[in-house]
Amino acid sequence: MHAPAPQPKKRLLRLRVNGRWREDAVAEQTLLVDYLRDVARLTGVKTGCDGGECGACTVLLDGEAVPSCITLAVRCEGRDVETIEGMATQGRLSRLQRAFHEKLGTQCGFCTPGMIMAAEALLRRNPKPSDEDIRTALSGNLCRCTGYVKIIESVRAAAEATS
Amino acid sequence: MTMAPQSVPLVKRPGVPLIDGIEKVTGKARYTADLDHADALVGRIFRSPYSHAEIVQLDVSKARALPGVVAVVTGDDCPHTYGVLPIAMNEYPLARGRVRYRGEPVAAVAAIDAETAERALALIKFEVKELPAYYTSEAARAADAILLHDNKPGNIERDVHHEFGDVRQGFADADLVREERFDCAEINHAQIEPHASLAEFDPATGRLTVQTVSQVGYYLHLMIAECLEMDTSRIRVIKPFIGGGFGARVEALNFEIVTALLARAAAGKVMMQLTREETFITHRARPQTNIRLKLGMRKDGRMTACECEVVQRGGAYAGYGIITILYAGALLQGLYDIPAVKYDGYRVYANLPPCGAMRGHGSVDTRHAFECLVDRMARELGLDPFAVRRANLLHAPMRTLNDLTVNSYGLDECLDIVERASGWRERLGKLPPGKGLGMACSHYVSGAAKPIHRTGEPHAVVNLKLDFDGGVTALTGAADIGQGSSTMVAIAVAETLDISLDRIRVVAADTAVTPKDNGAYSSRITFMVGNAAIDAAKKLKAILIKAAAKKLEAKENDIECGEVFRVGKGDQSALPFADVVAAALVDEGAITVKGAFTTPPDAQGGKHRGGAVGSTMGFSYAAQVVEVSIDDASGLVSVDKVWVALDCGHAINPLAVEGQIQGSVWMGMGQATCEETRYLEGLPAHASLLEYRMPTIAESPPIETYIVESHDPNGPFGAKEASEGALAGFPPALVNAIANALKIDLNELPVTADRVMEALVQRRRQARLAKTTQAAS
Repeated sequence: MHAPAPQPKKRLLRLRVNGRWREDAVAEQTLLVDYLRDVARLTGVKTGCDGGECGACTVLLDGEAVPSCITLAVRCEGRDVETIEGMATQGRLSRLQRAFHEKLGTQCGFCTPGMIMAAEALLRRNPKPSDEDIRTALSGNLCRCTGYVKIIESVRAAAEATS
Repeated sequence: MTMAPQSVPLVKRPGVPLIDGIEKVTGKARYTADLDHADALVGRIFRSPYSHAEIVQLDVSKARALPGVVAVVTGDDCPHTYGVLPIAMNEYPLARGRVRYRGEPVAAVAAIDAETAERALALIKFEVKELPAYYTSEAARAADAILLHDNKPGNIERDVHHEFGDVRQGFADADLVREERFDCAEINHAQIEPHASLAEFDPATGRLTVQTVSQVGYYLHLMIAECLEMDTSRIRVIKPFIGGGFGARVEALNFEIVTALLARAAAGKVMMQLTREETFITHRARPQTNIRLKLGMRKDGRMTACECEVVQRGGAYAGYGIITILYAGALLQGLYDIPAVKYDGYRVYANLPPCGAMRGHGSVDTRHAFECLVDRMARELGLDPFAVRRANLLHAPMRTLNDLTVNSYGLDECLDIVERASGWRERLGKLPPGKGLGMACSHYVSGAAKPIHRTGEPHAVVNLKLDFDGGVTALTGAADIGQGSSTMVAIAVAETLDISLDRIRVVAADTAVTPKDNGAYSSRITFMVGNAAIDAAKKLKAILIKAAAKKLEAKENDIECGEVFRVGKGDQSALPFADVVAAALVDEGAITVKGAFTTPPDAQGGKHRGGAVGSTMGFSYAAQVVEVSIDDASGLVSVDKVWVALDCGHAINPLAVEGQIQGSVWMGMGQATCEETRYLEGLPAHASLLEYRMPTIAESPPIETYIVESHDPNGPFGAKEASEGALAGFPPALVNAIANALKIDLNELPVTADRVMEALVQRRRQARLAKTTQAAS
């Protein structure tokens, strides 16, 4: 096999992913989505478009929902990143995960991780959202299966759930 | 916006969550791009920058010589065409001799990383002699147009001419005859998962394994065998989780065959992930369609005749084209009782990405035209839109003029429900200015009664395995693409055996393991695979009952199957499931049974040419009411609410049925309000999820959903399809609602703000003109 092409300069990135600190050598232009999928192997983070269009890659950065496909990994130095893989604790589904499962807020499931993360950010800052709040918070996340009806029902049910 | 509950089911059974739902909400579900490919080569495709050209020279020597490039393939590596119908396979996975659309795959590379693969593409030398290119049906059909395919004069892939009943007499019998033209834009499935394929060739064993986004793994398996000249027994196609399909993946796709070619050439593993732009260019969706529709109606609303001409711009290759143009005509029937129907269809080649099947395949645009025109004629005759539909209902069981069988028919109930739920009678004509109500009906097949490959095999086969652990494993080739088909199979088996749903595992769509299945298309899975699953479960039940009867020393007829087997009702004599399994395994070992389903010949359509298309064992029926608000200063249309009722025969999983109805109505809303693929000289101008506008959650309305159960005599537990039937009703219901609100009739889809404004301006101009004329006279 031939020698690989010259590699771009890398930097040591230290950040917390789903509650655990990790250190990785990361090229400066690496996108957060590629870092999470290829390096941290968190493939629950999805790529649905060519950049910033669909919301499937939504993760929480210090609690705020961001599209990881237009976020540089090195911008997350010392910060807190949460993905769908960090939502269930010891196999116990989060209230949003439970609601999306039980109310069929997921069909093909491809937009679901991003949708749940965007909803998670919403419920943390606004525990009792109106339907309009839900619509606004999720307006950057595209779903092609559900017509969104059961997604709204899922977020509503999660907000009403006690735990 | 109303905050009323969005779903008030008539069906009291709640249904169950998807059996693979936990994996989806936890991020554990692995889609093709998520599969381990750390050691795989990266595949990239070199695409034609020309719309139409003869290939003069394709030189890949520099790309091949680039360090890190492991394989390069071109049209020379595959002299076989692929496609859908055996009579219409006219497409090479990589172009040979000529390119016919911008973005057509020409060559492909596999390299050690993405950067190297992309550098290799830049080194490919592609010399051509450009040819005239045609981007509209009209241009392609012009007398002096050169042919895209030499054997297709006039650039017509297929013309269809059907006439049933006495159309001339029908129009003569009418009190009102109207004719209008409709134009529906080309749209795309835009499933959220981009296309991807992972192929691994093992040179030691000569085996190829392909994991890919296909809805039709078995067709792909056969097509790869043909294109790669491989023995079918050396190939395995596995479906990982799939991020939506809607028809995008119901044929073998070029990149899937190309990835297989690369894997073999590289003697290794190749991951091909298409960009969103390439996913759009792969296309295979709903064609741009021109419709001329003429209807005859009596004063009482009875339809007397229908004459319809359809021109579909099909793109550069055949794909599903012949079937699409046949569906467009065939499904004029099967919804209402029309005494005479004439249909002329033309599928046209053009220098654009090939169209294919998309949810509501072929039927949507003609249904749109039909439901709009019916409404306008009702208005002219002073009839209510509901009354006109009711004047033309079918009475099942019956056969349509074009020999389609209608065995169950719940449209009348659908109409009653949405009329009542929407408050139609009380509210129509009494809404505030700028608001309107519209309605429409639609239907769709529950599986094509005649298969594409006429091999004589059953339409569906399901295997069940029951072993020492007491778990029932259902093996099905049916591709769950998010619609919940694996859950449906599990329910069908559990209900037949009257055992707990968690006892069932479903293994789906792996050509080395599961029995052959035609795939996820034409809404066939519930009807066909559901029936096969019940058939298999009945056979398993018989084996278990026999074992239980022996053990309990009772008559087989007295045994009740379930988690606990009992002799008759209330009897103390009982055996837990595990004990019955243990008894059944004595002398026999692991039990495997097979269930199958085949459509009888009399359901497979008429004898006329193309008569098989549209034939089905059961049609789903839907009616819907749409409420809109229009801002007459901007022309912006917002959908306030939808009420929809769908007759799916029987809801095997009411929760999933609701989800399918809502999703299909919403997809109809996208087509009606904003979706359109646009090309500039053949270059896609829509190929991102921002440019291809689909409704976001912010503008998507509440959809109040009702399930009607007409209990089809042949459906599994009486079930029919639920995923496509409601789609086609949305666009006309929307246009009819706009007509109700603003007194403007729109004949083009999508209904964009500028189209609404143009119609409003024109109406005002006409009103002014009428006033001036009146004043002058």
